[in-house]
Amino acid sequence: MSDVARSSALATSGGRNPGSAPRRSARDSSASWRWSDRVGLAFAWLLGLLFLAATAAIVLYMMVQGIRFVRPELFVTSPAAGVSEAASGGFLDPLLGTVIVAVMAMAIAFPLGLAIGVWLSEFGNPSWLARVTESTIEMLAGSPSIVFALFGTLIFEQGALAFLSRTNDGVVYGRSFFAAAAMLSLIALPLIVANVREGLQAIPGHVREASYAVGKTRITTTRRVLLPAARPSVVTGAMLGVGRIIGDTAIIVILLGATLRFTSAGDVPLLGTLKGTGSTLTTFVYANAPTGDVNQPHKAFAAGFVLLSMVLLLNFAVDVAARRGRRWR
Amino acid sequence: MTNASPPPVRRLPLDGTEATVVATGEQPTVAMPAGTAPGAPSFVSAPRRRIASAPLAIDRMQVEQLSIAYGSKLAVREVSLPIRQGEVLALIGPSGCGKTTLLRSLNRLTELTKTASMKGRVLLDGEDIATLEPTALRRRVTMVFQQPNPFPMSVFDNVAYVLREQAARRPRRAALQGAVRSALERAGLYDEVAGDLSHPALRLSGGQQQRLCIARALAADPEVLLLDEPCSALDPQSTQVIEQLIVALREQVAIVIVTHNLQQAYRIADRVAFMYLGEMVELGPAEQVFGAPREARTKEYVSGGFG
Repeated sequence: MSDVARSSALATSGGRNPGSAPRRSARDSSASWRWSDRVGLAFAWLLGLLFLAATAAIVLYMMVQGIRFVRPELFVTSPAAGVSEAASGGFLDPLLGTVIVAVMAMAIAFPLGLAIGVWLSEFGNPSWLARVTESTIEMLAGSPSIVFALFGTLIFEQGALAFLSRTNDGVVYGRSFFAAAAMLSLIALPLIVANVREGLQAIPGHVREASYAVGKTRITTTRRVLLPAARPSVVTGAMLGVGRIIGDTAIIVILLGATLRFTSAGDVPLLGTLKGTGSTLTTFVYANAPTGDVNQPHKAFAAGFVLLSMVLLLNFAVDVAARRGRRWR
Repeated sequence: MTNASPPPVRRLPLDGTEATVVATGEQPTVAMPAGTAPGAPSFVSAPRRRIASAPLAIDRMQVEQLSIAYGSKLAVREVSLPIRQGEVLALIGPSGCGKTTLLRSLNRLTELTKTASMKGRVLLDGEDIATLEPTALRRRVTMVFQQPNPFPMSVFDNVAYVLREQAARRPRRAALQGAVRSALERAGLYDEVAGDLSHPALRLSGGQQQRLCIARALAADPEVLLLDEPCSALDPQSTQVIEQLIVALREQVAIVIVTHNLQQAYRIADRVAFMYLGEMVELGPAEQVFGAPREARTKEYVSGGFG
């Protein structure tokens, strides 16, 4: 409860300082609030600090543990089947797997999300189709990824899509980088659409009209004026999408196989890998956690540290992107 | 504009006595300078930017019996007026009187509003604008808006954007240098930005941004320039610069300006159209509309009685 005392002291102390800027006056007056409002304020402070503490604890713990166990050779050695931490190799394959699924899924989700976002914001005609699209995207955003994973197996086990994964005696395996990336793109899509759309809608109408008023078409205006103006939001959407993709586990387990190493299907070098199975950092952590099959927590901490660093870096990039760019009044 | 003295403050009567006096037709209590009719607003002897009428005025546009409705609500009722190069035409009137709608209909921007419908016609150099391609029309009748809205690119590209075909990246920078420069010069901005044409346009000051928007509108070499309250978001200093610019430009291009600022209309306009509830109540030379309005409603409005 010391937090509460400190926070309410913080909230009221400004009022006694005669030199404080006039902008603070709204907060200064909390001394004269009703007691219920003051309790509410204290409660809000308490909750805020609690969440902050919880987040800080997770991040700091993972950082400390990660730095303890992460070693350079882990990044360059493939995982191996071994009973001890020393014999089980590194996480080269899962790390590459994370990068590959992120690139492949974004290659699908980004252009699609950009197109849908632009269409919804700038065209949206016929309006019933726009409404249907909107609620479909919202539904995608709300669905758990395991549902996409199951649906993905259903699709990619079809004979017609056999060329995208391993086949054995006419049985389509249905697990590959292609299959995983296709379904992962669906969980990134809503974030991209929402951000592109918001970015475009935040542009004042008179800016569009200024472009029309010098004889430009809607498409030209979108390409040359609106999308550049919305770039921070577009980048934010893409980053958040990547964050969701690299953090997903269910789709990787079901559609990528979560195998120890890359297992190529066929002899073509790159295509074979993409048609084959593999894993990502999330499934690697899952397998190496004390409850997993491998149970080598040091590896799990090291990989978790790398994953967390990637996500934090992405969040930082989002912040930078969002702060750039100037707005109209 | 280095050390221009601040423009004299011109007050509209605020106590309301003059308006009521005018309305009852009695002698105004405020002393009026010689040569102005009784009841004229107090700024009618103030200095004007427009020293004399332009030597030559050519008809550019002809609005004929134009009505515009949003859904079932009539915003503009059967307005007819000529728009001439060599003159500044100011549209004045209280908020919601249809002046902006009328302005936007001149380059068919009203069509962007789904519910808008139009009757009557507007001729541009004898051609009905409804028969023109909207993009072609809007290059001949360009517009500047209330809020400065440069595009999120460099000063140079803002102007070059207009000169290029739709989204093309050609012609290249070098080929456009002259045209961009001339547009910036005509908008009186070149000297201030000449040092760095690749400066982001959104980092210019508000007044500079608005002049960039004027440069952009001039770059297409339009026959008519529409201005929708171009100074209402600007400081007095920038307003003065832009007003002088408008008066200087009227010989190259026909200018229609919507303004809420009566003093501004008086300072820069050659002709003034007073609109009220969608109708054009009165159209005439600025001296006449402000100094000796024919209609009672005009008289009341320009003397601050309502609006």
